[in-house]
Amino acid sequence: SLPPPTIPAGTRLEPTTFGVMSSFYEVLVKCLGHLTSNSINCYLMCLFFYFRDRKEWADLEPVPQDDGPNPVVKIAYSEKFTDVFDMFRALLKNDEKSERAFALTAEAIDLNAANYTVWHYRRVLLQALDKDLREEMNYVTAIIEDQPKNYQVWHHRRMVVEWLNDPSEELQFVAEILSQDAKNYHAWQHRQWVMQEYKLWDGELEYVEELLEEDVRNNSAWNQRHFVINHTSGYSDSSILDREVQYTLKQIKKAPHNESAWNYLNGILQDGGLSSYPGLLEQVTELQDTCSSPYLTAFLVDLYEDALETNSSSYDQQEMLSKALELCKFLAEEKDTIRREYWNYLSRSLQNTYGSGDPVSASSDPPPPPSSSQQPDMEPSDP
Amino acid sequence: MEKASPPLRCFRESHSSELFSDDGVQTVTSREQRKVECSIQEVYSVYQQIHTSPQPALLREQHYHYLKKGLRHLSDAYECLDASRPWLCYWILHSLELLEEPVPAAVASDVCQFLARCQSPTGGFSGGPGQHAHLAPTYAAVNALCILGTEEAFKVINRERLLDFLYSVKQPDCSFVMHVGGEVDVRSAYCAASVASLTNIITPTLFDGTHNWILSCQNWEGGLGGVPGLEAHGGYTFCGTAALVILGKEHMLDLKALLRWVTSKQMRFEGGFQGRCNKLVDGCYSFWQAGLLPLLHRALFKEGDSTLSESSWMFEREALQEYILLCCQNPVQLFHRTHNYMHIYIYIYIYIYIIQSISLGTNSMTFYLFLTQSFTHLVYKILIKVHT
Repeated sequence: SLPPPTIPAGTRLEPTTFGVMSSFYEVLVKCLGHLTSNSINCYLMCLFFYFRDRKEWADLEPVPQDDGPNPVVKIAYSEKFTDVFDMFRALLKNDEKSERAFALTAEAIDLNAANYTVWHYRRVLLQALDKDLREEMNYVTAIIEDQPKNYQVWHHRRMVVEWLNDPSEELQFVAEILSQDAKNYHAWQHRQWVMQEYKLWDGELEYVEELLEEDVRNNSAWNQRHFVINHTSGYSDSSILDREVQYTLKQIKKAPHNESAWNYLNGILQDGGLSSYPGLLEQVTELQDTCSSPYLTAFLVDLYEDALETNSSSYDQQEMLSKALELCKFLAEEKDTIRREYWNYLSRSLQNTYGSGDPVSASSDPPPPPSSSQQPDMEPSDP
Repeated sequence: MEKASPPLRCFRESHSSELFSDDGVQTVTSREQRKVECSIQEVYSVYQQIHTSPQPALLREQHYHYLKKGLRHLSDAYECLDASRPWLCYWILHSLELLEEPVPAAVASDVCQFLARCQSPTGGFSGGPGQHAHLAPTYAAVNALCILGTEEAFKVINRERLLDFLYSVKQPDCSFVMHVGGEVDVRSAYCAASVASLTNIITPTLFDGTHNWILSCQNWEGGLGGVPGLEAHGGYTFCGTAALVILGKEHMLDLKALLRWVTSKQMRFEGGFQGRCNKLVDGCYSFWQAGLLPLLHRALFKEGDSTLSESSWMFEREALQEYILLCCQNPVQLFHRTHNYMHIYIYIYIYIYIIQSISLGTNSMTFYLFLTQSFTHLVYKILIKVHT
């Protein structure tokens, strides 16, 4: 009787990029494995047909990767990976600009979308073959949906948008991606580029507010808020600044432990000075009962520091310093101990700059062994 | 008689008061944060149950074997890094260096020959043989060669072509693209500054204006974004700041704002660092974020600041150490949220290097030097001086 049908060990039959479920094929292959298991039958089963076996590629000799005789960091590529990239290297070597080359770049991208050399080559082909850029937009849209955290895909999209000089789909597309991950850095980068390049500022503040409504802790949205206002009205107009301060305080009251809102409040008041904004100290102090948080306390420290720095006559300088030091101690010892070193440093700094009396010692810890520590003369000289 | 070890910070009674406060307003951000905190609480409780000694340890043997193996062979899971193979060399070699494990001469030579195959005829290094030059693998290759530090390694680098490559990616606005026809962001300035200073090819015009472009990446949060206008992010902040340090222009940053931003990025419960405000902790930021603190310490010192601590950097060392050793070290439990093992290793080891040296009370100058340009840079410079 016949030996039982087997598939040779190590045979890997992979589905094509047409999205077929591999498990179905594993079953099918097991059933049919006793008939054949070479790559021609893979083709018959619509499984992956290696480029090296395709007759339309027969004229091109694949170029194996030159890793040398004793490779390091050698990756155990799959058969398919090797096949595609051997053929890619052949195309590159001949500088071939053809439809089949273009088709192969899609296979290569599918295997490793981070291969920037392939993307570059694809762009060369797009131009050389005068390919339909609208179709290319569809293609890159699909790839980005699948792999939204990859640098190359977004850069490619940007290039196509530039060639088409058509940003009309961009804001909607980015919004789609952000609806899946509201903080995708590449997405925000693309969005900011589109807006600046094509001057598409309308409606963005409204969009930001929608996002903040969904998640008031979305720091990317707070950053976008700053970006939009900076590039449109700016913050120097007092009615704009008031609107922003009020908006931010409102968000703080909703979620007092939201660091983004506190950082934004600080950020927009830096230029004018925290201690110069009328009534702010009172408003924030009032919040202490219901909205206390380490962020509130830190904000007060910043406010006191600003009063000291500007030597504001509206405040008692001595009081500002003693309050600031008291809060730094409170943060370091109780409410924000993870930042103990920083709050203690800030304390010493304030004392040193604004205090009168003895210079402050840096640390109560035993000093390190006597050495040239903290002396810059051993540093490499500046170029 | 041995002193009883102090209890770990994460096992203290009061530690649960550091859990995230959502103010009763749940959003995606607060839910994600709470999920991570829960996984970490599980890690703590498992650890308490199975370990009699409370002091977590760096599993040196295991890490060494993992690294040694990876330097030769990697599984097909690494196909996604096929355009970053010099990075694999760098991460592994740097980790081995930090573990003080020697690289056999034959292996070192093989790495040199491989990286030579990654060098482009037009200058710079690429992600693999036959690929185009790119600033990131250029950074990785040059630094890996400096770690090897042999004549053969230094000879691999074609300095003239490298300079050509750097000029070829410089933009009119003084930023750099990552590769010809590629994207701009602040990583490129750091990669360029690092390799140019290491190989001593900086010309008067090469970085002309670049510092101003980098400075424009500092935003309202105090940190730096990838390009001007973007959200402050740990990776980009490190690249921008370190590039400025190399260029001697770090004093032009708003150092106080940057210091406030980065110290705020240490997570009160997890102990590790987040990359951006209101995002999750990740092992890699142990380097990008914590690594900023020695740089800032030095920058402030150069400004004449006399109130800097003489014994510690401005982050909570124990907390970070516990996070790494308890949460990042077990490769089976991937909740530690790192990109892949190689990233973990470099970051863990750089961190451990800082920590061990601090606890031994070593001269802190080595850290300034290390993190200003990395230890390897210093070694390279010394060797250059010796050989010329």
